[in-house]
Amino acid sequence: MPSVKENTIVTTAAAVELRGLRKSYGEVVALANLDLSIEPGELIALLGPSGCGKTTALRTLAGFETTDEGKVLVDGDDITRLPANKRDMGMVFQAYSLFPNMTVLDNVSFGLRIRKANSAERTRRATELLELVGLPEHAARFPHQLSGGQQQRIALARALAIQPRVLLLDEPLSALDALVRVQLRDEIRRVQTELGITTLFVTHDQSEALSIADRVGVMYQGKLEQLAAPAELYSRPATAFVAEFVGTMNRLPGLMNGGTVTVAGRSLPVDGTAPASGSEVDVLVRPEAITLRPAEDGGGLIIATTFLGSVTRVRARLADGIEVSADLPSHQASALTAGTHVTLELDEQPVLVAAPLPR
Amino acid sequence: MAQPVTARLGRGAAWAAFAAYFLVPMGASIYFTLFDRDNHFSATPYTGLFQASGFVPALQMSVEMGVLTVVVLLALLLPAMVTIQLSMPRLRPIVETLCTMPLVIPPIAFVAGIIALQTRLSDADPYGPLSQLVNNQLMQTGLPLLLVFSYVVLALPFAYRALDAGLRLLPLRTLVDAARGLGASWPTVLLRVIMPNLRTAILNAAILTLALVLGEFTLATLLGFTPFPVWIVTSGGDHAQQSTAASIVSLLVTWGGLLILSVFGDRRRTA
Ligand SMILES: Nc1ncnc2c1ncn2[C@@H]1O[C@H](COP(=O)(O)OP(=O)(O)O)[C@@H](O)[C@H]1O
Ligand SMILES: [Mg+2]
Repeated sequence: MPSVKENTIVTTAAAVELRGLRKSYGEVVALANLDLSIEPGELIALLGPSGCGKTTALRTLAGFETTDEGKVLVDGDDITRLPANKRDMGMVFQAYSLFPNMTVLDNVSFGLRIRKANSAERTRRATELLELVGLPEHAARFPHQLSGGQQQRIALARALAIQPRVLLLDEPLSALDALVRVQLRDEIRRVQTELGITTLFVTHDQSEALSIADRVGVMYQGKLEQLAAPAELYSRPATAFVAEFVGTMNRLPGLMNGGTVTVAGRSLPVDGTAPASGSEVDVLVRPEAITLRPAEDGGGLIIATTFLGSVTRVRARLADGIEVSADLPSHQASALTAGTHVTLELDEQPVLVAAPLPR
Repeated sequence: MAQPVTARLGRGAAWAAFAAYFLVPMGASIYFTLFDRDNHFSATPYTGLFQASGFVPALQMSVEMGVLTVVVLLALLLPAMVTIQLSMPRLRPIVETLCTMPLVIPPIAFVAGIIALQTRLSDADPYGPLSQLVNNQLMQTGLPLLLVFSYVVLALPFAYRALDAGLRLLPLRTLVDAARGLGASWPTVLLRVIMPNLRTAILNAAILTLALVLGEFTLATLLGFTPFPVWIVTSGGDHAQQSTAASIVSLLVTWGGLLILSVFGDRRRTA
């Protein structure tokens, strides 16, 4: 594998800032005051449900969409009005973005040709990039002769060939098979780290976002809900939306009591702003924060178990009809077959609460 | 699976009818041009063609108008269609309807409109020498731009369909964005990315347009010009054999043009 020292594809990492971006399509609000800062060399994943504005944010940064309000800054320069072809950003699309009429080599050197690099230089750089993405022997092929994964590698090489200030990827793996998806994900991360290029990676797949990014920005309805490192996002979600979108979350009915909430016979401290005393809330609890114990007189009933290796996910129905998922060490879960009566215990740790869902 | 005999017979019959429909009149025409009443062979109708007055200018005029019509049509239509697909999808049905209009307007109404315009232009002194110049260009007998522009309009429906079919097959938005992101200006995007990937569609549009221009008679004759189809008819009054020979030559010229276009297109595509 070529390293940074051998190749000349090194880019200078840029800082990116999206400031107060707003964009509407008629009635539809795609971006509602989006703020986002990316450190030089950082990979940020934008994660969110379909339609939350991820693509619009990315395309605004690339210059393919104009904003109604707000600014795009790269290294402090305001590029909000700069056309896309002057922005020096490398973009990888979801699929089918290679020029069908050109060979792989011509695709990769397209940007260099635009920049009037001479033919020897173009070939040298393009070859170097094909090596970087592991496909040097495919230079003479046409896009239709490549698999989906190979096409995306070439698209990555093409985007990097122009030594972009920022690398942008819009769901680049979503059209690929599961196995290829994981391989290419790791490959993108390796190349990104090697080149130290500032990168924005858009995805709706949380495992993809959590595994590839330095920080993950969770978007909802055109805004950033939380921007944090993957582990923090999971363990300390800032909002109920983030909590439920990232990982699995149980909702248990609780009653507010000052700064604490009474839930499943326990009083737990509330994370963040606590609703008024006496209000009914849903308490958000991760499966690994729940323990189920067999008990003759237990109010819960096991309804299903799924073996996941070292842990087993156990589903139980509580006395009030609510279903919960708990992740238990598999050796412990072996006693819990469907129909077993159990009691439920919550870990002693601060919890998030949300307005109750209609049941 | 063996095909039922009836199915094969049916298909054979269809082919035979198809072939007869096209080949019998053509064969008869060729025979008519090459043999006289007493069945004596003579190529005179063909050799005579080239000496006949007006043959070469008429043919040249038709070919030049064909090429020019294709160029003007593509230069107008392609950027417009790309722009609409990319950024004004709501205009699409309107443009589609507009481009289809020439099919439903009777040529005679079309000509009447053009003649009215032409009259206005030719006695349009208010516009002075400029209108004179424009008028001269429009009406020059060697290459009347008026006729070329009219053909552009007439060919719109066919060219539009052909290009539209090609555009629908392309992931246009993504390709354009990819090229733009890599630094390409709009003309570069059009020339290097869109046009090469629309080669077949452009070729089809060109073929249909060329065929239309090389065979158009009504408009040309009503406006008083003599491109090849008009010449065939006017020169045929006294020499039936020779004018039939001219039709066959015209057919060959058209086919030759189409063949050149498609060979050219194919070679470039697989190169
Ligand atoms: N060109 C457009 N015209 C109209 N609505 C659009 C357009 N692009 C995006 N939208 C709307 O804006 C919202 C955000 O879209 P998008 O940024 O593509 O979301 P995501 O990428 O997160 O799925 C969606 O509701 C979408 O329907
Ligand atoms: Mg999207």
